[in-house]
Amino acid sequence: MPDLQALFESAREGDRRSLARLLSQLEEGGETAAQLSALLFPYTGNAHVIGITGPPGSGKSTLLNALTRAYRERGETVGIIAVDPSSPFTGGALLGDRIRMQDVAGDPGVFIRSMATRGSLGGLARAAREIIRALDAVGFQRIMVETVGAGQVEVDIAQAADTVIVIQAPGLGDEIQAIKAGILEIADILVVNKADREGAAATLHILQSMLSLSQPAVIRHHGQAMTIQGVKSSREGWTPPILQTVALSGRGVSELMEAIERHRAYLEESGEGEARRRRRIAEELAALARERLWARVVHQVGRARLDGLVDQLLRREIDLHTAVERLLE
Amino acid sequence: MSRKIRVLIAKPGLDGHDRGAKVIARALRDAGFEVIYTGLRQTPEMIAEAALQEDVDVVGLSILSGAHMTLLPRVVEELRKRRLDDVLVIAGGIIPEEDVPALKAAGIWEVFGPGTSTEAIVRFICDHFGIGPEDLKTVGESIAL
Ligand code: B12
Ligand SMILES: Nc1nc2c(ncn2[C@@H]2O[C@H](COP(=O)(O)OP(=O)(O)O)[C@@H](O)[C@H]2O)c(=O)[nH]1
Ligand SMILES: [Mg+2]
Repeated sequence: MPDLQALFESAREGDRRSLARLLSQLEEGGETAAQLSALLFPYTGNAHVIGITGPPGSGKSTLLNALTRAYRERGETVGIIAVDPSSPFTGGALLGDRIRMQDVAGDPGVFIRSMATRGSLGGLARAAREIIRALDAVGFQRIMVETVGAGQVEVDIAQAADTVIVIQAPGLGDEIQAIKAGILEIADILVVNKADREGAAATLHILQSMLSLSQPAVIRHHGQAMTIQGVKSSREGWTPPILQTVALSGRGVSELMEAIERHRAYLEESGEGEARRRRRIAEELAALARERLWARVVHQVGRARLDGLVDQLLRREIDLHTAVERLLE
Repeated sequence: MSRKIRVLIAKPGLDGHDRGAKVIARALRDAGFEVIYTGLRQTPEMIAEAALQEDVDVVGLSILSGAHMTLLPRVVEELRKRRLDDVLVIAGGIIPEEDVPALKAAGIWEVFGPGTSTEAIVRFICDHFGIGPEDLKTVGESIAL
């Protein structure tokens, strides 16, 4: 415990090696992570957390690099978490987001950490949130989280952010497949990146149709007319703006920053920010409690008995609800 | 060993020979490592800073330009400046046999030339950490069962 206290204090004083070690401990999970998490919790709640999600190759890392440069020009410090998938077969991962963040990688006001999704999905969302909190606790003013917008985990991680940016780009294959309705629903700001590329206007048009219409829209898709369903925005008083950027040149980045600030102001003025923070921490509490309770049940009941119940379920000798009753007896 | 082994693959120098670095990065990923690849044109400072932020266990340097005698010792120096003394530093690329002893004296643990099998590289790293290649392929715990 005193070691962890010293580690945290040294990280707070700006020692980057201590911060890096601390993040590894949090990522590892277990008892040490829980102790660290408790130590740093009182210092959290100050950073503005921005999530960036979208398909591979849409320009998330490049845009993060451009945004970070702009925040640095204004004197703000930036922590970045870049998440990439682990192979489900080997557990290995190739984390290449730093390649596009070279402009800011050596800046003492910036800290970049790459994270692999590792085995369990719930575990990743938890570790990512712990790492966001750690960067917050040591004083980073903006924290940006990059995830591949592919599934539930990404949505979970994105929801740890105050402001969620969903990014799309032309030329990534089937435009409609790439733009998933579920991911649009979590967007506070939509960005069509690679606005310098052919097809950007079409991508913009599809997004506009999906977002603004409660009726289905008809668009051209591979030369054929096709109907797409509209997505209802779930947020009162905030219509996600759709912006165009060229992350490579920085075009549109100042407009994006303005939109982020507008959203941040909206969160505070409307009370939505407070409501989100409340929902988020309540969900995290429930998830952690579920996990701990389950671990306790497994420990008390024992593996053999658990396997026995599963066998009985398979043979249809008992039903799921009865099995749960027996576990909790 | 519960912690995943994290490896930084970096390419110091100004040349564009990145094929070897990419081959090694992919091979190590397939072996079960978490590999951070930083791309071309890295200065020793940039490499050491990335190693620090990513808290890696291994730094792998790929160099084919001929500048290894100046660049590789400088990477080690920058790592030490940041108190990253326990990081395993290895190198590969076009490095003449006669330069290897001096590089090892400077803190490069091993040098792997053209045609090295990726198995040999994986085995070297595993031996260093006292684990077997099969230990790498631990896919995280599946939901508590
Ligand atoms: C392909 C190649 C190129 C390609 C590079 C494409 C790319 N994106 O990588 C191109 C055509 C662009 C190129 C250009 C040049 N090249 Co060239 N190129 C080669 C060549 C023929 C093969 C390199 C290669 O890709 N091998 C395949 C990979 C997989 O092998 P590898 O990198 O050796 O990696 C293996 C091991 O070394 C090891 N390894 C490598 N890295 C690492 C890292 C770690 C951590 C570990 C553990 C192991 C490891 O494991 C790998 C698998 O076994 C070599 C000659 C040769 N036979 O090596 C010359 C060579 C490297 N090039 C050379 C030169 C001079 C040039 C140019 C300057 C030529 C010119 N005058 O314009 C330009 C430079 C341009 C620039 N901006 O950089 C010289 C370098 C001379 C020197 N060192 O003193 C070489 C040696 C040719 C020669 N004999 O003269 N080149
Ligand atoms: N033409 C163009 N290319 C871009 C733009 N933004 C990023 N790219 C390129 O798109 C590729 C993928 O970018 P990256 O940031 O790695 O995407 P990510 O996978 O979403 O993080 C890289 O080659 C970038 O250089 C842009 O605005 N215009
Ligand atoms: Mg990326």
